[in-house]
Amino acid sequence: MSALAALIRRDIRIALRVGGGALIGVLFFLTVTVLMPFAVGPDLALLSQLGPAILWLGALLASLLTLDRLFTADHEDGSLDLIVMSRTPLELACAAKALAHWIAAGLPLIIATPVLGLLLNLDGTATLAVAATLLAGTPALTFTGMIGAALAVTLHRGGLLLAVLVLPLSIPVLIFGVAASQAAISGPLPFGTPFSILCALSLASLVIGPFAAAASLRHGLD
Amino acid sequence: MKLTETLTDLANPTRFLALTARILPWLAGVTAILLAIGLYQSAMAPDDYQQGATVKIMFIHVPNAWLSMFVWGVMSVAALGTLVWRHPLADVAAKAAAPIGAAFTFLALVTGSLWGRPMWGTYWEWDARLTSVLILFLMYLGLMALWRAVEDPSRAARAAAVLTLVGAINIPIIKFSVDWWNTLHQPASVLRMGGSTLDKAFLWPLLVMAIAFSLLFITLHLAAMRNEILRRRVRSLQMMQASRIAFTSEAGSGSQGTAPNEIGAA
Repeated sequence: MSALAALIRRDIRIALRVGGGALIGVLFFLTVTVLMPFAVGPDLALLSQLGPAILWLGALLASLLTLDRLFTADHEDGSLDLIVMSRTPLELACAAKALAHWIAAGLPLIIATPVLGLLLNLDGTATLAVAATLLAGTPALTFTGMIGAALAVTLHRGGLLLAVLVLPLSIPVLIFGVAASQAAISGPLPFGTPFSILCALSLASLVIGPFAAAASLRHGLD
Repeated sequence: MKLTETLTDLANPTRFLALTARILPWLAGVTAILLAIGLYQSAMAPDDYQQGATVKIMFIHVPNAWLSMFVWGVMSVAALGTLVWRHPLADVAAKAAAPIGAAFTFLALVTGSLWGRPMWGTYWEWDARLTSVLILFLMYLGLMALWRAVEDPSRAARAAAVLTLVGAINIPIIKFSVDWWNTLHQPASVLRMGGSTLDKAFLWPLLVMAIAFSLLFITLHLAAMRNEILRRRVRSLQMMQASRIAFTSEAGSGSQGTAPNEIGAA
């Protein structure tokens, strides 16, 4: 247990330091959001209507950008081999690494959401709804993305492939995340139904992700 | 016991090649005959009272759609064979199936949108069934890219097997998407509780076409597996030859280098 806690502490510390790349995700999120008004025009009514979708797409792309770091750095300096060989089950180690990645790279995205909501003319309820759906949905993005990251690290040059493999798997999360936030803003559907499906997706990926990632690491690194 | 014995027997690629060489002509012949019967029946089928002659796209569209999901199922079983039993032909089967499955999925999408234009007034609609099949097509392409990204076949097989099993979650979503979300695509009418709602005049050609397409898949799959086995043999022969050339040139110049056998053993 203490080994897992140490792993989480270490990963968060590395991710937040210079070159760790977690905070670059937030910067990227901000840039994508700022680009949108230039692409669709500065019409505030239109922006507030598109707001949840823009924020979700930005968060999805930002988490995809940082996922590459999940195993690559450890693979390059050799610590991934130590993690694979240690007595801690690899599935738990993978889950711990993904949790640390979510805390370091996913939570800042959610904290940044209210500020970005202001830029997109979202009111209080809408911002709260988007932040709540991101809080429920980003674990699913991290834990399914981890499978792609594990596959990519065993391929040595799979960075580009990572996006192609992970994005189709993240489409359900995107659908229900945007559906729940739209429901909270304009209705007519209740907020609870898509939101609970989003939570279910996160819980399912919490179970599937570590096992699939551990399997591909174990098979890939021999 | 019998089944496992047969499976172990087939694990020998040479025996597999000999067996399929005998089976394939017959299989191809039966497939061609059934396809001809099915196409004739489809052409002779009466026009629908609502859809007119366009209903006949169904006889091509529905078998393609079924096969697109069935092939992923076959690949999932093969992925289990790769990861659990380390069956040597399982990864060959998985690799050979991916492009065929992608082709079936593509044809299902194309015939579906050709059918959708006169029926729904649009080539494409973002409803649950269409979107989930499009995702399936993207996943086939991603899987094929993954197969090509790794040089060593057995490493590629294990990476692809993990992704295949994860992607298998999408198959039940596609199957039940028409029941879960009430969208433009019609709900299941052939395989359903309480019998088919399809008229006999349409059901028979559809079933013949479904069997013919399944046989077509088996024929193409076995042929592709043969090609893959032969391709791997050529690859290992080329590597042996390369290592022999490296060895002789090294011995000729008398230079001290790395062991030449490393290339052949890799």
